[in-house]
Amino acid sequence: MRIVVLLKAVPIVGTERLLDAFRVDRGSGLEANGNDEYVLEAALQLTEQHGGEVTLLTMGPAGALEALRKGLAMGAARAVHVQDDAVAGSDARGTVRVLAAALGRLEYDLVFAGADSSDGLGGVVPAWLAARLGLPYLSYAARIEPGPGGATVRVHRISPTGFDLLEAPMPALVMGTQLLGEPRYPSLRGIMQARTKEIATWSLADCGLQPSEVGPAAASSEIVGATPPPPRGGATIVRDQPDAAVAQIVDFLASRRLV
Amino acid sequence: MTVRLSEEQLALRDAVRELADAKIAPRAAAIDESGEFPWDVVELLASHDVLALPFPAAHGGLGADLLTVCLAIEAVSRVCATSGLIVAIQELGGLPLLLAGSPEQHARWIPDLAAGRILPAFALTEAEAGSDAASLRTRAVRDGDGWRIDGSKRFITEGNVAAIVNVFALTDDSAEARRAHRHLSCFIVERGMAGFSAPKVEHKMGIRGSPTAELVFEGVRVPDANRVGEVGEGWSIALRTLERSRPGIAAQAVGIAQGALEVAARYAAERRQFGRRIGEHQMIGALLADMATRTEAARQLLYTACQEIEAGTPLAGRWAAMCKLFAGDTAMAVTTDAVQVLGGYGYVSEYPVERMMRDAKITQLYEGTQQIQRLVVARDVMARGS
Repeated sequence: MRIVVLLKAVPIVGTERLLDAFRVDRGSGLEANGNDEYVLEAALQLTEQHGGEVTLLTMGPAGALEALRKGLAMGAARAVHVQDDAVAGSDARGTVRVLAAALGRLEYDLVFAGADSSDGLGGVVPAWLAARLGLPYLSYAARIEPGPGGATVRVHRISPTGFDLLEAPMPALVMGTQLLGEPRYPSLRGIMQARTKEIATWSLADCGLQPSEVGPAAASSEIVGATPPPPRGGATIVRDQPDAAVAQIVDFLASRRLV
Repeated sequence: MTVRLSEEQLALRDAVRELADAKIAPRAAAIDESGEFPWDVVELLASHDVLALPFPAAHGGLGADLLTVCLAIEAVSRVCATSGLIVAIQELGGLPLLLAGSPEQHARWIPDLAAGRILPAFALTEAEAGSDAASLRTRAVRDGDGWRIDGSKRFITEGNVAAIVNVFALTDDSAEARRAHRHLSCFIVERGMAGFSAPKVEHKMGIRGSPTAELVFEGVRVPDANRVGEVGEGWSIALRTLERSRPGIAAQAVGIAQGALEVAARYAAERRQFGRRIGEHQMIGALLADMATRTEAARQLLYTACQEIEAGTPLAGRWAAMCKLFAGDTAMAVTTDAVQVLGGYGYVSEYPVERMMRDAKITQLYEGTQQIQRLVVARDVMARGS
């Protein structure tokens, strides 16, 4: 089973900053997007159990390398890094164009994507990418397994009442949730081996794209404003003996009709 | 010269730190409280290859240099000194084999040590031979094609949970052999060998999850294939082992100091008295400044010592003694000051600094007391004139 995992490098959670042009600062301190680590873990477990290899694919600046290295240390076989000055400022459409073009140069049975990224939070890239590639799209996966014949993939999709069971022929694109299970810590051996694994760096030209097809000029959406969230109001801290503290908290909630 | 950690060393250190923060730190208080050996931590360290660090790649290890091993010990000890010691003992107990073992012995035991499937122990100290380790009485005599060992060892870390114990025993009692330091030999005694037992585990002040055992050898038959190095090479093996293992204890000490510093700094930034954060009161600020400076000085001495020893300096014994001496005293001072910063809260088990203070004390005692380290350094200073 050949699985391509889309792994985005995002600003380290809690340190995000906006550049003046409503853009997230990706100049320093990037880490692997949390949701992407969950689908990577699922991909690694699938290939460990059923054979195959995991390839990481990212579009991002030079700083994305550390996030890729972590993914390789966790057990991915190789990584593809699409890096080109022209892609900076791309919206979801530009991102999908780049990822689709890069996937066109890779061989795979499955593409995995996290539910969304902690910086953009759009959550539209996986579905858009599946549509563009004409792949079956299996979303909100809590469990991923090969179908009975081996030519299909089965997904438990979370639903308001429990799970929907989806099955689709491969190749397919699966968007996963954190219910897939906690990602592993890279082992020290994995970290040392990661330094010798291949990270291919592709330019836009390598993907067969023109600079005019990506970036802000080719965007179909526009950010009209961005402001940091307002500071939170003063927190009330209850310090008392357990019983008295519980009573105060219950009173507090009751006064707001929350209990 | 300055010590710059390589990218790989930084990546490995950060990975161990992350693992220790997530999986070991939440266990540290319970390990201390119960005094039970944390097999789950052994499993965790083994499955993440932390125990594989000091062993050669040819036998399943990671072939890390001494500094990298010490970075891992430091990162684990920062949250739990007992767990950090597990890494240090894997190295200590593997060193006699690495330094003097035959290719057959390497093939037989190193893969299991590197995978963390077995734990080793290093048994030099006896009840009447502590600092004066060369005066030990445990004896090995030839018995057919092997050896028979009689005697006892005391204060042996992990002696009761180890699968293999490096036992240093007297093989030549002559005055001539003693003068030439050729009176001892090193043997691997395996758990389960007839006559080998661990009848007592000490009740300790600190590193309470790490069992410290008394070992008894009553006519234990050991095949000659378990002899490590030449007959009479034991003392040399022990000294060469300590040159590489004392930095491990220094790393444990630096880790403990760092952990205590972080708790104290966090507390001083949150606790308010007289209308301001206590870290903003000059007397507490001065304590924090000294704690941070001493810890960093101990760390830099340790890192330099590791690089010098790895490079094959003839002063390895001196570097090892100096870094262990300085780091052990630093850990004791910094953890004591951390308790002071936390005041009454530092003295109770609600906060980890009282545990860290109890744990720090051992680093001034084992692998040679601070007095022995000073003796090593003083002799070298007298011999060289500086």
